[in-house]
Amino acid sequence: MNEPDLVQLLTHTGERVDHPDYSPRVAHLDPEALRGLYRDMVLVRRFDTEATALQRQGELGLFPPALGQEAAQVGSGRALAAQDYVFPSYREHGVAHTRGVDLVDVLRQFRGVDHGGWDPREHNFHLYTLVIGSHTLHATGYAMGLQRDGLVGSGDPTRDAAVVAYFGDGATSQGDTNEAFVFAAVNNAPVVLFCQNNQWAISEPTERQSRVPLVERGKGFGVPSVRVDGNDVLACYAVTAEALERARSGGGPTFIEAYTYRMGAHTTSDDPTRYRSAAEEEHWRRRDPIDRLRTHLTAIGELSQQVEDEIAADAEALGVRVRAEVHAMATPSTRVMFEHVYAGPNAVVDAERAWFEQYEESFTDVPAGTEVPR
Amino acid sequence: MSESSAPTTQRITLAKAINLGLRAALEGDPKVMLMGEDIGMLGGVFRVTDGLQKDFGPDRVVDTPLAESGIVGTAIGLALRGYRPVCEIQFDGFIFPAFDQITTQLAKMRYRSRGRLSLPVVIRVPFGGGIGAVEHHSESPEVLFAHTAGLRVVSPATPSDAFTMIQEAIASPDPVLFFEPKGRYWDKAEVDLTATSGAGLDAARVARVGTDVTVVAHGPTVATALRAAAAAATQGTSIEVVDLRTISPLDTATIAASVRKTGRCVVVHEAPVLYGTGAEVAARITEECFFSLEAPVLRVGGFHSPYPVARLEHEYLPSLDRVLDAVDRAMAM
Repeated sequence: MNEPDLVQLLTHTGERVDHPDYSPRVAHLDPEALRGLYRDMVLVRRFDTEATALQRQGELGLFPPALGQEAAQVGSGRALAAQDYVFPSYREHGVAHTRGVDLVDVLRQFRGVDHGGWDPREHNFHLYTLVIGSHTLHATGYAMGLQRDGLVGSGDPTRDAAVVAYFGDGATSQGDTNEAFVFAAVNNAPVVLFCQNNQWAISEPTERQSRVPLVERGKGFGVPSVRVDGNDVLACYAVTAEALERARSGGGPTFIEAYTYRMGAHTTSDDPTRYRSAAEEEHWRRRDPIDRLRTHLTAIGELSQQVEDEIAADAEALGVRVRAEVHAMATPSTRVMFEHVYAGPNAVVDAERAWFEQYEESFTDVPAGTEVPR
Repeated sequence: MSESSAPTTQRITLAKAINLGLRAALEGDPKVMLMGEDIGMLGGVFRVTDGLQKDFGPDRVVDTPLAESGIVGTAIGLALRGYRPVCEIQFDGFIFPAFDQITTQLAKMRYRSRGRLSLPVVIRVPFGGGIGAVEHHSESPEVLFAHTAGLRVVSPATPSDAFTMIQEAIASPDPVLFFEPKGRYWDKAEVDLTATSGAGLDAARVARVGTDVTVVAHGPTVATALRAAAAAATQGTSIEVVDLRTISPLDTATIAASVRKTGRCVVVHEAPVLYGTGAEVAARITEECFFSLEAPVLRVGGFHSPYPVARLEHEYLPSLDRVLDAVDRAMAM
């Protein structure tokens, strides 16, 4: 396979490289901003580690780790404006963090106490979608709504908005994702289709999804496409910023293939040692997105031991809080089963709720010595 | 004649009634939009959206790519942005590419967001047989959706109901599957064109009063049931016809009230009998009015085979004779 070039601004050994189109997109990121990106990634990884441990200890039913994908998620997420809207898949913990979602809330679904966990409109971050690719269409429709609302190409950067759909390499095989490309293209919708190609769809490598590099696929739909080093937080920031600007200004959709690697399992249910080699994992470990930025910041003298220690302490505090708050998540009332199925009264739901309440009450303990009427 | 008593009713077809209902909804709320294949310039393959793109523009009456999942999936996104999309699925048998979006996404978004998100999406589906169509153009998949919590599933049987129910469906904060009896698109009746609402989306109606047997029907079979009632009356049997109007939620109260009076019930629908609407109605009637029943609840419907070739469909569909046969059997027990 003839591999297309990756947009890269930070080599895997931590050296800054220039790119004529994309370097200007990160020129404003001062050392403080870079430390912020570093901090984001460290926090997200600590969350990931804690959640994985919680699953192993039986506190979560399942967890999909984002380990290794921090740069793709934090870089793209930090390029978003407040008014942009995100449709995540189910692994976008790093993006959730950049949108201000409390990472504890992300675990409500995996704890089995909620099907959502946060207010999507409060963060402009939709609920996780577990059916692969479904949300790429929701994102495209939402973007068509922004067009109709006059929030595209008005020239006011504080008003104009765009949408990002996050999905994986496996999702590119789904009909819905392909339909999203069609709808996005013919409607010139302000949507960024952001694929994190983490090389594996559970146990199937990308070669089982496509005969060509994924980025090539966008061109067939007439969607400008770019492949970025997904472990380079600066490059991910830059290509996303460019795509968002094009979308907001009326230039239509963009497809981004962030070439990255899932270092952990697909979910805590699978065992990567059954389907991939230790050598492959080692190859990618040397391309760790966090190490890369740390090396760079250290080399330019912008990451003191003291700051690193502070960030590590913050991460540890997050881990401790996640653990405590997950333990404290209570099983919801059975009443929840019957709530919000429909907007208003529904004869079937209401009758079933009434029956179930009566059934539950029949188990109410009767104080000793009480005469039970027959 | 004073102005207030000017006639507001018009004799129109069921298809025209839906067209005018859609027009009223588009005029009444700028967030209402229509989307589907060929609904613009062509006005839909059944012309139900005739003239609407001309008057409301291509951004509100949208000719979509030929992709059913894409239509429903993008409608979900538009609804999340505050729009009220009305999707047209061209034919019943083509709804299945969108089945996933409808059942896993559209139906559940309110529930899993704990009421924070609302998806007021209507999906119009011309359904049912009797028009001599080729395969996949004559199916009755309504119970597949009625089985899914979070969806409302309705089917108008008359032009008048079609006119008000489409407006009520669009106004509903819940997703509504709107099954249009395509074999009745050309049936005409007087419709009050000033009505914005009728009996609502949750209520069945007694279409004909009778005393001996209750015949429950919806959509295209309501007319069949009424013809059966007229024929039975000449033989001295009094049939009460209940038009379900809503399949989910099921208006058990109206059916039960009728069956308590008649003691007998026959359920008629075009969809296969196995696990169909009739099974649900029979079970609920048995639970609710067992001691009023003079006979088991009987069902008349399609067979457990794929929809047949057009030249055989009249043997497959519940005909006047098959309905009357079931009524006779119920009366004999």
